[in-house]
Amino acid sequence: MAGRVGIVAASMTKFEAAKTSQHLMDLVVEVTDKVVEAAGINLKDDVEAVISCSQDHWDGRTISSMPIPDATCSHLKDESKVAGDGAYAVLYGAMHILSGDNNLVLVVSHCEESITDGTMIENWSIDHIFHRMLGLDYTMGAAMQARRYMDKYKITPEQFAKVVVKNKGNARKNPYAQEAMDLTVDQVLKSKMLADPITQLQKKPVSDGACAMILASEEVAKKLTPNPVWITGAGNYYEHHNLGDRDLAECDALIKAAKKAYKMAGIGNPVKDLDLVELSEYYAPEELLWTEGLGLCGRGEGGKLIDSGKTQLKGQLPVNPSGGLLSGIPITVAGMTRVAEAVWQLQGKAGEHQVQGAKRAVAHGCGGLCGQMHCVLVLEKGGK
Amino acid sequence: MSNRVAIVGIGQTTHSGRRPYVNDGELIYDAVTKALADADLSINDMESVMAGNMDLFEGHALNDAMLNLYSGAAGRPGFKMNTGGTVGTMMAIQGWYHVASGLYDIVLVIGWEKHDEGLVTPAISTITDPAVDRHFLVGAIGGLATVSVAYMQRSGCKLEHAAMVRADASHAASRNPNAHMREIYSVEDVMNARMVMYPLNLLMCCPTSLGATALVLASESKAKKICKKPVWMKDHVTVHVEYGGAQFGIGEKRWTSHMEAGAKLFKRNHITKPMVETQVFEMYDPFAFAIPMWLEDFLVCEPNEGWKLVEKGALKLSGEYPVSPSGGVLCTNSIGDSAILRVAEAALQVRGDAGEHQVDREVKQALASGFGGSYWSDLLLLSKTMD
Repeated sequence: MAGRVGIVAASMTKFEAAKTSQHLMDLVVEVTDKVVEAAGINLKDDVEAVISCSQDHWDGRTISSMPIPDATCSHLKDESKVAGDGAYAVLYGAMHILSGDNNLVLVVSHCEESITDGTMIENWSIDHIFHRMLGLDYTMGAAMQARRYMDKYKITPEQFAKVVVKNKGNARKNPYAQEAMDLTVDQVLKSKMLADPITQLQKKPVSDGACAMILASEEVAKKLTPNPVWITGAGNYYEHHNLGDRDLAECDALIKAAKKAYKMAGIGNPVKDLDLVELSEYYAPEELLWTEGLGLCGRGEGGKLIDSGKTQLKGQLPVNPSGGLLSGIPITVAGMTRVAEAVWQLQGKAGEHQVQGAKRAVAHGCGGLCGQMHCVLVLEKGGK
Repeated sequence: MSNRVAIVGIGQTTHSGRRPYVNDGELIYDAVTKALADADLSINDMESVMAGNMDLFEGHALNDAMLNLYSGAAGRPGFKMNTGGTVGTMMAIQGWYHVASGLYDIVLVIGWEKHDEGLVTPAISTITDPAVDRHFLVGAIGGLATVSVAYMQRSGCKLEHAAMVRADASHAASRNPNAHMREIYSVEDVMNARMVMYPLNLLMCCPTSLGATALVLASESKAKKICKKPVWMKDHVTVHVEYGGAQFGIGEKRWTSHMEAGAKLFKRNHITKPMVETQVFEMYDPFAFAIPMWLEDFLVCEPNEGWKLVEKGALKLSGEYPVSPSGGVLCTNSIGDSAILRVAEAALQVRGDAGEHQVDREVKQALASGFGGSYWSDLLLLSKTMD
């Protein structure tokens, strides 16, 4: 990257199954207040632009960012909305700074999945001419993907279940997590079958919450905090949409996104060069496939990687020490919380699930049917 | 210092009210193919492909991903933005950030809408808060009728002036082969149209159209190599303010987001006489009062002068300061595409390639605007030269 973009501070709400007493904008106010306090800035005077992230269907509202200027005190400022995953909003915020247009940007995402029927929205995102009338949703897509993955690379349901045991177990140490559980592989496999091989516990629960962060130019970031986290690499790619145009056991878009981000950040060997990874696993099998895509193991070795214990909280390269999406994070907010968790880890503020001495991390956001779009960000502390 | 960004390829579909045998992906493909042909490039040259529209209008979620085979985004970088009526200008601005950040050298941005496959007014009615003021505003027309009355009261503008605007627009659109409503109307025709919500009658409201527009944007070094007539995106401003039925421009209040956008853009670019220093303005003009009222609010002319310019004929295609020489949103309104179409049309005017509706003087600088939500303004300055 030409210049450096620093993340000064990050904030989240606690994630819950249904925040019935809070309006969507209450969530935005909460995370904005928290992040402004953490960054030690004045919201009205210092924030130059706001990038929000939400999707109209999930909010049940055309232009879901309509009330953002109110909720973020950004009257007459530049506010624009990324309609996808939160990691992309962080990337877009970084572009605002790299372009020289802004020195300090607030990035915020919000979603209350509990107010709508997600299955229908997922179906509405699927090709309306050939596939939508089949009634597909993301759970069915994930099941087909998992089956293909099992078939091609001999991954087992037990290995999928281990992801759930690890992530929901890690969530016990994360005060923001919605579902912290002490599980066994057997319990995961015996929970209600949704779409073979995906059982209830292998699917991200319905969740409400928000996330925010402050991005700044190098100079401003250094003034605001002694420990800014730098975005040193970024890559994002789309997969084809039609399932017939893809091999679901492969994740070419993620591989390309990771390669691009690693090249930018000067990472030759991700296993050695990274200290932790926070990735977006809406379903347990995705974590194994995404670890392959991110180059944390060879192709087809995702199962072996979880078996090895390397991705455990105390392992060589912890994956989702926060508990991941399986512990409950809403769509659109998902990718931004991955970045926020990585920021806290690098700032040494992760609390009980802190990875000791973490210097470099990867945050990954994704969206769409069978992970149709991927965004990879490399985050680092220190440096020149 | 930002990397400079130029428009090096422009493509648009023809616009119409109904095309049952063309799907939204095919519309996108048509615009993309034309933009790439205009730039003399292939889709493989595009480093990122971004497409934006309004999710609820056709009812598709994540349709950037759904239609990425048609847009060319499959296997490439890109993501979607959605900011209401300004989504088109936002796509151009999103492309600008991609290139100006130094992360990309050449990108493709697309805006589209296919209104014949959805219901616009029920979707727009959901923009306001369900608990506070959703019952105030029905679609877009509720708010726009209110501000039109307020403008008439404070400025002296009459219904006839709005009719003149629409009649002028019809003459402009009749020369634009890609416009949707190309029928020529007299002032009398417009005055006799069916009233929809006072003071806006049917012809004073924009139609619901379908269409797509694509632009190829390139960095300075790339643009100079590959393009003979680059149009420079010299500056852009986005302003969003909080909505609310009670704040919707009633009484003396003016359109504060437009005022802020105009003030910022003109100050940053040392423009003191916008009607002299820019030669054409492609405005997002979704109702007939928009042109006189918003020329004032964008600080292009003095307060209460807009309708007098209309009366003088100054804003016609052949006038001293042509506004929306393409016929504007009044004649073609495919919402997700409407604002990027303003950028495309302004760029064509700068290049001198607008054809029958090219203005009759050299265009050194042009303005293009987007409007969305209740108060959301994008204003762009395009230029023939970089400085």
